[in-house]
Amino acid sequence: MKHLKGWKDIPEGGSVTEPGCSVEFDVSSWRTFRPEVDRSRCTKCGMCWLYCPDSAIEAKEDGSYDVNLAYCKGCGICEKACALKLIKMVKE
Amino acid sequence: MTTKARAGKAQGSTTRIGLSGNYAVAYAVKMADVDVIAAYPITPQTTIVEKLSEMVANCELNAEYINVESEHSAMSACIGASLTGARVFTATSSQGLSYMSEVLFIASALRTPVVMANVNRALSAPLNIWNDHSDAMAERDSGWIQIWATSAQEAFDTTIMAFKIAEEMRLPVMVNMDGYIVSHTYEPVLLPDSGTVKAYIPSAPMENRVSTKLAYSTGVVGPPEYYYEMKYQSIDAMERSRDRIREIYVGYNKMFGRIYEDLTAYHLEDAEYALLTMGSTLGTARIAAERLRAKGKKAGVISLRTFRPFPSDRLLEAVEGLKAIGIMDRAATPGGPSNPLFADVSAALYGAKKGPVLQNFVAGLGGRDITVDDFLHMFKVTEEAAGEGKSRPTIYVGLRE
Repeated sequence: MKHLKGWKDIPEGGSVTEPGCSVEFDVSSWRTFRPEVDRSRCTKCGMCWLYCPDSAIEAKEDGSYDVNLAYCKGCGICEKACALKLIKMVKE
Repeated sequence: MTTKARAGKAQGSTTRIGLSGNYAVAYAVKMADVDVIAAYPITPQTTIVEKLSEMVANCELNAEYINVESEHSAMSACIGASLTGARVFTATSSQGLSYMSEVLFIASALRTPVVMANVNRALSAPLNIWNDHSDAMAERDSGWIQIWATSAQEAFDTTIMAFKIAEEMRLPVMVNMDGYIVSHTYEPVLLPDSGTVKAYIPSAPMENRVSTKLAYSTGVVGPPEYYYEMKYQSIDAMERSRDRIREIYVGYNKMFGRIYEDLTAYHLEDAEYALLTMGSTLGTARIAAERLRAKGKKAGVISLRTFRPFPSDRLLEAVEGLKAIGIMDRAATPGGPSNPLFADVSAALYGAKKGPVLQNFVAGLGGRDITVDDFLHMFKVTEEAAGEGKSRPTIYVGLRE
């Protein structure tokens, strides 16, 4: 977990004054299940990337995909979206 | 004991005119030169915003008057306007305040310095347009500063001070006044000249927090990792406002020649027992105390002006030497260990070394008159409590069986 700001450092009224600052927000602790991908048979179709509601699946330059666990809340949508059923949600 | 508040010599010129409490508020809002008013009419508050809309229509007040379809929207519009840096005012009563309820918490947490007159009226059912304090008491945890005015003059002065308090602390302020008794009764009111008011609260807009030149999001989600810290900011501001409000009272007293403090103490110096009230009943309580004094009884009266933040330290000082206090609630907490004002007073006095016996009364619900005889009865019960060293369960004064 990254360092969380204290009440004195948060802008007045809990406002957000920095654009794009959700990049700093680590949601790992929300997760009960973590996606595990069997990469050997991945066709790089991108369905997991398309469906992930938290943009936790990131496209790499070689066309493959990686899970950024800092943003993954463990919802399991990628598991359902994977046509070849290569993603398994495993308990943390 | 703290030094007694002193009135200075009023600056500028003063006009003495007859005004109702509601019109006194409208004049204060006009002199405060507000930028935006968003309100929905509701008895007994209506004549405040009616007068203000007349002032705007006559170009006596250069403000945006937003007609909304409900109090929920009125408060929402006020928050939005306040975020742009505008000076904002609204007024409501009873059901209207309840309808605003969820938005009240947002106003305080977003730190928008909205000033609102709340003309105290009973909550339905049965439908009742008369005075008690159930509307404000239901919102006492909303994070709003709550100040109570006991006369038209106080309604005027408190409204002027409310803008200063709100904008300095960046917290919303509710100016409470009793429906009809204050709102519709005409009294002589000393109006300062608008130049003096302008010097006291210059109409300088605050920064525009929602300017398109800024990257700014407000009213965002506060997940469990952040809500607590975000909420605490307004709790901290409320705590800090305690001292600042006192300084503002002192400054106002000096500049406008009045006497305001967190609480008004009457004959407390040598009192053995006292009644504690809020709002306009102070006058009747004083008459009752005066009659008892004429008979050699040592009765006193305490009237709370600042209810949020609760002036616990001032109260502790004021009650020193008292054997008993009768606390008169004008609202009920059904099923609670006591009624709202009593609960706060007893919590504040819990730490007192030799605390007085506390007796709870409920009186005047739904505009029922609280007569001098009722007060004499409450004094008598409080005196008995002082003698016996113990109190009775809550007494519902004037209730027919």
